[in-house]
Formats: sequence, C-alpha cells, structure tokens
Amino acid sequence: MANTSDTILTVENMSVEFPTLTGVTTAVHDVSFTVGREKVGIIGESGSGKSTTGRAIMRLQPPQAIVKANRMQFEDVDLMTASEEEMRSIRGRRIAMILQDPKYSLNPVMTVGEQISETVILHERATRQEARNRTLAMLERVNIRDPERVFDLYPHEVSGGMGQRIMISMMLIAQPSLIIADEPTSALDVTVRQQVLTILDDLVVERNIGLIFISHDLNLVRSFCDRVIIMYAGRVVETITAADLDQAQHPYTRGLLNALPSLDRPKDRLEVLRRDPAWLEN
Amino acid sequence: MTMIKAQHLAVSYGHGDTALKVVKDVSFEAQKGETFGLVGESGCGKSTILGALAGRNKQWTGSIEIEGETIGQKRTRAQLAKQQLVFQDPFGSIHPRHTIGRTLLEPLEIHGKDRRQERIEKVLTDVGLPLKFRYRYPHQLSGGQRQRVAIARALILEPKILLLDEPTSALDVSIQAEILNLLKDLREREKLTYILVSHDLAVVAHLCDRVAIMQSGGFVEIATRQQLLENTVEHPYTRILMDGSRGYVSEKRERNSAALPA
Ligand SMILES: Nc1ncnc2c1ncn2[C@@H]1O[C@H](COP(=O)(O)OP(=O)(O)O)[C@@H](O)[C@H]1O
Ligand SMILES: Nc1ncnc2c1ncn2[C@@H]1O[C@H](COP(=O)(O)OP(=O)(O)O)[C@@H](O)[C@H]1O
Ligand SMILES: [Mg+2]
Ligand SMILES: [Mg+2]
Repeated sequence: MANTSDTILTVENMSVEFPTLTGVTTAVHDVSFTVGREKVGIIGESGSGKSTTGRAIMRLQPPQAIVKANRMQFEDVDLMTASEEEMRSIRGRRIAMILQDPKYSLNPVMTVGEQISETVILHERATRQEARNRTLAMLERVNIRDPERVFDLYPHEVSGGMGQRIMISMMLIAQPSLIIADEPTSALDVTVRQQVLTILDDLVVERNIGLIFISHDLNLVRSFCDRVIIMYAGRVVETITAADLDQAQHPYTRGLLNALPSLDRPKDRLEVLRRDPAWLEN
Repeated sequence: MTMIKAQHLAVSYGHGDTALKVVKDVSFEAQKGETFGLVGESGCGKSTILGALAGRNKQWTGSIEIEGETIGQKRTRAQLAKQQLVFQDPFGSIHPRHTIGRTLLEPLEIHGKDRRQERIEKVLTDVGLPLKFRYRYPHQLSGGQRQRVAIARALILEPKILLLDEPTSALDVSIQAEILNLLKDLREREKLTYILVSHDLAVVAHLCDRVAIMQSGGFVEIATRQQLLENTVEHPYTRILMDGSRGYVSEKRERNSAALPA
C-alpha cells in the first residue's frame, strides 16, 4: 500500500514564466503539491502546464524560462539551489523521466542493449559480460520475449510499446525514487498500453517509490493513480483521491467529467464546458 | 433505405509480388441516417476501408453500392461528391496558407457549383462558425474550430455520407464534446449517414448504432450500441477494447510472476 506520509517531493508556490515577443506567458501559476510513495496523476487540457511542471522539477526547462518557488525539495536536495552538476547526477538516477516518445530519451546511435548495459555498468560496477547478462534479464523482466534480438536493435527499430519497456528496464537498474511520466502511453494501442502500465505499476508499487503520471485521459488516471491533481490554465484547481474523482467539487473538473462520453453512463448530449473567468483568480 | 452496402470488400496496397491485402473480405451496410462504427488498433485497416469508400483507394475487390448504385473503381464527379472524408488532424488536411474562405471555395470550383458565397455562408453557419472566419487562416483558429472547418469543407458539396476518420482523437475532451454534439445535430438536420472510425469505444457507443470491431484487416464482430452498453458483446477482443476505454485494468491478479527482483 502506498504510504503517502513519506514525502519524496515538495513543491510550494511554483510558477514558470516564459518571456515571449508579445509579453510574458505564465505557463505555471503558483502551484503547490507533494508526492509521496504513491502514483500521483496530473490531468488537464493541452496547454494547462502539465509538461512544464514536470520539466521544472527536473530543471529541464529552456534557458529563458523563469522558475520561481518558495520551496522545491526532493529528498535531501534543494532543487532551487542545487548546482547544474548535482542536477546531472540526479537526472536519470534519482529522478527519471518517461516521455510520450521514448525515441527522444534514447541515444539514436547506440543499440538499446548497449544503453541499458551502460546504466548497469554505471550503477552496479559490473563488467561488460555481467552487464550484458543483467541487461538481458531486465529486458525479460519487462516482458520482452526475445531479449537477445532486442539487445541489438537501434531505437528507431523498436515500436512505441517496446521503447517504453526499455525505458522502464533502465529504471529497474537505476532505481530512481521518483519517476515523472509525461503521457507515457498516449501513443500506444490499448493492449500495449495495459502491458506497459502493468510494468510501471509493478515498478512503482514494489520499489515503493513515487510516480508523477501526466495525462489528459481522465479514465486512465482515475483507474491507475492514487491521487489526482487537476490543472487548469497553469493552476492547480483541485487535488483529489483518484477513486473519488466522481465526487470532484471544482466546476472545471466536473465539466471535464461531464464532457466525457461513457460506456457506463451513456448520455444523449455531452456537456460542453463553460469556462468561468473566476477559475483564473488565485 | 440502404446508403452504403459493401460486400466481400478487400483492399490492397502495392502491385505484383509486393501487393499486400490489408482489408480482407469485410461486409457491412449502413442505412440512411445510421452511423456505422469501425474500431480497432492502429494498422488494422480502418482508414483503408474509408479510402475505398471515398474513391481514394482504387485497389479493391468485392462490391460497393452507394444509395443503391453499384460503384466501380472509376467514379463520376457526382459519385465522388456523395461521400466526403473528415480526418483526425485538421492542420494536416487544411492548407495552412489558404484562408478558410478559399479552403471552402476550392471544392465548389472543382465541382463547378454555383452560388458559391451563399454556400460558404450556409456551411459556416451549419458548423457553428462566425461568417467572418472566412477571412482567417488555420493558425488563427483553435483545434476545435479547425475541426469545424474540416467538417464544413466536407459538407460544402452537400454529401449524403460523411466518412469520419478519428475526428476527435486530437482534441481535448471538452472540445471533443462540442464536435460530437455538432456531428449529432448535423446527422439529424441533414439526414446524413456516417461511417465513424475511432479507437475509443466510448466515442463509438456515443454516436454509432452498430460497430464493426476490426483486427488485422477483418471484422471479429459487428456489435450493436445496445450490446456495448449492456456489456453483452461476444468477442473477447471487443471486451479488451471496452476495458481500454474505461482505463487501466491491473493484470496483477491474473499473473503468477508478479514480483520484481529486489
Ligand atoms: N518554451 C516555451 N516558450 C513559451 N511558452 C511555452 C514554452 N513551453 C510551454 N509554453 C506554454 O506554456 C503553456 C503550458 O504548456 P505545457 O506545459 O506544454 O502544457 P501541457 O503539457 O499541459 O499541454 C502553454 O501555453 C505553452 O504554450
Ligand atoms: N499507402 C499505403 N501503402 C502501403 N501500405 C499502407 C498504405 N496505407 C496503409 N498501409 C498499411 O495498411 C495497413 C492498414 O492501414 P490503415 O488502414 O491506415 O490502418 P488504421 O487506419 O486502422 O490504423 C497498415 O499495415 C498500413 O501500414
Ligand atoms: Mg504536455
Ligand atoms: Mg487510420
């Protein structure tokens, strides 16, 4: 069971601004949340600031971005004052990220086997041969049937579902305490999606780590996560236990739920969201 | 009245040794005003079926009848105008440097239609866009507005049939709701017949009367809306797709090797 009292990440009053030609865009506006040993979903429409939030935690925003916060604490690390060198040692090791397209996270000129082996050598001080065996074992762990063949493939030669499994296999080795997954299954077909989610679920629950799961899919977050943060126009409008999503109070969350066609509660007409300027006041 | 009747339809790409049959012997029909759905995972052949019905893909065998008229591989203008396609990504299907007005004018010119400005105004109104939008460019519109333009362009030749290829898959749920409501209204008002392709069974159940569940180029089952809502579908694959539409289903209890190494 997730132990939410054990906080891994604390974000207090974080804002992210992008100076543009037409003025400053505030992509994230004064958001606060914590992540414990649990699966926390971030949901909201496109442009609501989900990815920007994820990247700001990793300190991966573009150089012109301005990040402000009262506090951004990851375990013993103050993310606001950590040096770039410290951040490099944290990324991929203590905080790992999975993106929608795994090809952006993998090195295109190295075989996937070599890349996983590098991680093994780095983390376990293994020899090449040991690393190879360990890599093959990890590929099997994430239900890749013929690891010997997959070992020698380049990132462009693997399917989306296989790519996400490869990303997860690296996390089995690196053992991060926080994973940020940004729409990790949005490009996958239903059956592959279920398989990838199961593997991710196992990793998070059994290693007792934290997961930030960014998605636009309400049903997916509701069924996969423990808690859900709902974002609207860069703001957190509501945070709710996933199982209680149907009892959400905020009119934006309610509007999203009512806009969704459902197999279980069919309706003749879908509710159209009416945006209230008051949602932007905070 | 039967608007679309496809029998033993098979569609392939390529020629000679490299020819590949991607749709294999499917049969279905749609009555006037009905919406028939096609669901299945990517690559199963949904768009290919729409392409054959639209006259884009000419490498098919079997028979296609539209409004009782048997269709050959070559079609007349009038036959082509009867069914129009709407795609998932309106940005990809609308010319980025043409105004909306010009985008809507083009099919009218190709098909030699009269009263062009009048038709453009009517169709913009039909899809719920202000008339002044004809002077705008695609990048000046939101995703939902662009999809309305794509629907307007499909409607401007007054087709009997819309072939909708994932029309809301790229849209946020709130915008999807607007487009699905619009499609319902148009269907009723214009007595249109739809073929709707989607990967989301909840979307399909919302709009369709019947739906074919596809896997590798064939139908595994044709289910009614009732069957979807009452959960009485027959094929296990249909059930998998239904579960997918509901979200994550933990496989843990079904597997024996759940534990990961420490
Ligand atoms: N590098 C950037 N420069 C300027 N604006 C940006 C940049 N990155 C994101 N934004 C803006 O920030 C907002 C939030 O974007 P994003 O975090 O990607 O949203 P989401 O992931 O929820 O779709 C959007 O309005 C987007 O246009
Ligand atoms: N122009 C084409 N040439 C060759 N093969 C194609 C072409 N278009 C699609 N295919 C192949 O046909 C199969 C069915 O594709 P498609 O009808 O687009 O599937 P869906 O719409 O269900 O995702 C796929 O295997 C795809 O790769
Ligand atoms: Mg994003
Ligand atoms: Mg398709």
